[in-house]
Amino acid sequence: MAEGVTGERRIAAAFATAAADRRAALVIYLTAGWPSLEATLTLVPMLERAGADLVELGVPFSDPIADGPIIQRASYGALQQGTTPRRCVELVAQLRAGGVRLPLVLMGYYNPILAWGVGDCVRACREAGVDGLIVPDLPPEEAGELDGATRADGLALIPLVAPNTPQERLAGIAEGARGFLYLVSRPGTTGPRDRLADGLADYVARARRASRLPLALGFGISSPAQARQAARLADGVVIGSAIVEQAVQGPEAVEGLVRELRTAMAREE
Amino acid sequence: MQMKPMVEACTLPDARGYYGAYGGRFVPETLIAPLEELAAAYAEAQADAGFRVELAHLLHTYAGRPTPLYLARRLTAHAGGARIYLKREDLAHTGAHKINNALGQGLLARRMGKRRVIAETGAGQHGVATATVCALLGLECTVYMGTADMARQAPNVERMRLLGAEVRGVDGGSRTLKDAINEALRDWASSYEDTYYLLGSALGPHPYPLMVRDLQSCIGREARDQLLAAEGRLPDVAVACVGGGSNAIGLFHAFRDDPVVLVGVEAGGQGIETGRHAARFGDPRRGRPGVLHGTRSYLLQDEHGQVAETFSISAGLDYPAVGPEHAYLREIGRARYTSVRDDEALAAFRLLARVEGIIPALESAHAVAEALKLAPTMDPGGIVLVNLSGRGDKDLAHVFSLFRGAQREAADG
Repeated sequence: MAEGVTGERRIAAAFATAAADRRAALVIYLTAGWPSLEATLTLVPMLERAGADLVELGVPFSDPIADGPIIQRASYGALQQGTTPRRCVELVAQLRAGGVRLPLVLMGYYNPILAWGVGDCVRACREAGVDGLIVPDLPPEEAGELDGATRADGLALIPLVAPNTPQERLAGIAEGARGFLYLVSRPGTTGPRDRLADGLADYVARARRASRLPLALGFGISSPAQARQAARLADGVVIGSAIVEQAVQGPEAVEGLVRELRTAMAREE
Repeated sequence: MQMKPMVEACTLPDARGYYGAYGGRFVPETLIAPLEELAAAYAEAQADAGFRVELAHLLHTYAGRPTPLYLARRLTAHAGGARIYLKREDLAHTGAHKINNALGQGLLARRMGKRRVIAETGAGQHGVATATVCALLGLECTVYMGTADMARQAPNVERMRLLGAEVRGVDGGSRTLKDAINEALRDWASSYEDTYYLLGSALGPHPYPLMVRDLQSCIGREARDQLLAAEGRLPDVAVACVGGGSNAIGLFHAFRDDPVVLVGVEAGGQGIETGRHAARFGDPRRGRPGVLHGTRSYLLQDEHGQVAETFSISAGLDYPAVGPEHAYLREIGRARYTSVRDDEALAAFRLLARVEGIIPALESAHAVAEALKLAPTMDPGGIVLVNLSGRGDKDLAHVFSLFRGAQREAADG
């Protein structure tokens, strides 16, 4: 369907634009509804202005097993304020109505999608202007239904790969992937670390051998210096917890960090 | 009650860890490789006679198996009706059936060359069993426990520490078993290289439900043999409480092909209608198939798919999901599930102490309470087999404070 390819295309275009600028794409994660839904509505257009290439909106879940303390707290806070999956999708529709054009991807756990109904949820996402989904607790073996639904509606179901994913499995994941490959930079949960993981270059090279899709590194990358290092290896860098932490300080704090990240990630000639 | 043979169930789970529509492996990619490693190591261990012999030896000489099967005459007389037999898992080392699983998985951890073991615990029984096995095998041990559970099961916290384990309080969410499992999974996602996650119930991602069933199925096998020896026949009904469902699946598995009615008892808390309970099967409004902790099963959740808070007097049953094989057994009609309220469990707790001199765990008291309902409806020639999954020492402080509270209320009223 013609309209349906929009999600995948918008994501591909964002990475292509960054590549044409000879830089890695800056992917920003925000927990939707944290510190409030109004804040998210303000923050996303600001992110676009400040130079983010793609935004992941975290759909809060009661039991976020892949997340560290910062995003756990944000999820809990967002839930306390009544943020539901439907509200997150409405938020995307509002952002689109307000003129936000950058790719928007929802990142959330599988149970809320199941509870909504896989087909209904994906349809609502497409109608609202969501471009893709990232579901951290849904490995490809279990993703059949969601994969089919997102394919039918032209959304990218972006798979995660980990440093301990064997090469053969990595190739299999890459084969069915759309949008980009999300490379979890290190074992463990989301959240800042003192330094980047060892062996990132080899890991990214392994993923390159398996896929022609853009590769984005995320989990544990928080400072501009770390983003700069990661940007030398991958096609995109995801910054999550560090942004979520700043979100409480207000939009100016977030904007400052995003501009710093963009500057740090610019490639020296 | 209708009973169906369970021929197909014997071959389950399938290769992907499914029991019909339930089970599977819903985990972050980082945990896939560790789970594959675990499944392969477990299959290899099972095929190794040396492993089986060592486990059997420890179960006998260290854990005290076989545990007795006991005809509770005074309880039977009190109930009036079928004879009630108790499978005395409360007499196993560390005071509950949890040691069966902990020994098996502890040996597996050592065999896999892991130096550190992590575990979650609700009532503390699995944490104590894991800490015990780690002391026995010389492994480092960290136990995650919700801070709400630490408060109501304080003696077990001290026991774990005495046994050399580090107890890490979990303050997230409802501060109970569910949150302890979240935190253990997070730990394992970064520590799997040298760390073994010793999951305590028949839940979680494949292969845990299978492994825990295998390691707990000695309960049912022994009870079946013991009852045949004592009575020359099988029970009419086998009853067990169901939190995650390890003691229940351990009891049920041996009877899967027998004409025995299997009854699982969930925590009814303050009553299904109050919404304050942990009855995944008993609350059709909020108990629906869902995904939590790596497995698809029945799950108490709100309309948006957020996991619901649960309530039970017993920490071990206070869990919003249930092992996937129970969802399957219920769906095919092989087992039925019912619930018992806090006050009914507490009454059974007191009664068993008074008429048999046995203080059960509050979890197990749920199964006793159900037996007290069933026995009077049956012929005196009938037999109800109850898995007395643990003893109640850990619950005394909590129960006494409840009694005192009730007395105060009565005085004030």
